[in-house]
Amino acid sequence: MHNPSDRTTDDDAGRASTGLVWYFLIGCIFGIVLIKSEAASWFRIQEMFRFQSFHMYGIILSAVGVAALSIAILRRAGVETITGEPITIPVKTMGWGYRYWIGGALFGIGWALTGACPGPLFALAGSGLGVYVVAIGSAIAGTWIYGMLRPHLPHY
Amino acid sequence: MLELLSHPWPWYVAGPAIGLVVPALLLLGNRQFGVSSNLRHLCAAFSSGRVEFFRYDWRHVGLWNLTFLAGICAGGVVSALLLDVGDVMISPATREALVRIGVTDFSGLAPSEIFSWSGLATPAGLIAIVGGGLLVGFGTAYAGGCTSGHAISGLAVLDRASLLAVLGFFAGGLACTWVIVPWLF
Repeated sequence: MHNPSDRTTDDDAGRASTGLVWYFLIGCIFGIVLIKSEAASWFRIQEMFRFQSFHMYGIILSAVGVAALSIAILRRAGVETITGEPITIPVKTMGWGYRYWIGGALFGIGWALTGACPGPLFALAGSGLGVYVVAIGSAIAGTWIYGMLRPHLPHY
Repeated sequence: MLELLSHPWPWYVAGPAIGLVVPALLLLGNRQFGVSSNLRHLCAAFSSGRVEFFRYDWRHVGLWNLTFLAGICAGGVVSALLLDVGDVMISPATREALVRIGVTDFSGLAPSEIFSWSGLATPAGLIAIVGGGLLVGFGTAYAGGCTSGHAISGLAVLDRASLLAVLGFFAGGLACTWVIVPWLF
């Protein structure tokens, strides 16, 4: 299955390396927001799955809203990337969707157990909760296991 | 302003900030916001080429995202060193519920009974950290995305596959919260 984020328009390694620092900086801001908003907190994820606060829903819903509005504005204005390439948003192939709801549910269990999704795992490790490095290693192993089992799993 | 630095950030500040990552990455280079792909890139980096899922030019395709990931980690470092990360401000109801299932340590972002090196050595710690990590890695790879890729980027363009994935996230998370988590403490 082709992962949409595998596409790249950047072929020039030189151009890519000057742009890389921007990805690092945006990642930095994202990491800070994850910690400071407590979205990376196991306690907040429990609160979310127990429906005992609006906080996490507010974060996700307003993030989706702002993202959707931004994309609509970019499309309307016909904006291109800073290097002049067109902006395109692929839509994933659906089929029966087994991979989405089964994979999703398995991730959801892991999310409630670790109190973190992939981004927060790295933010937490960076913030000093060293044991989350083990969770990261396990997550990489989990992806590896998926890669091995992939030919035998339904993707339609 | 100073209050914002020392207090936890409200959802209406954090959410929009996260949402803006989407257009920022698009403008920089038509990049799709999705953190879990990095787990695949990291596997590919160490793969000998036998597994087809990891047989691609991860440097060409994923370097921007791995750099973004390094930034996330650095953001964690910055938060711990320069910003105040106090006790998590969860609702009294949640605190009560967690006390009832046996959580005693509410300082920090995660309960240290489990999320510590000593906690890792317990059965509950192994299940939550290693088991949970494995499920995060397997589930996001199978689903083709995590909260950033599906819940935020996917839902922002009304992608049906992402909606299904998000419903899956919640089904799994709810089942785990009500059935498995109480057994951890």
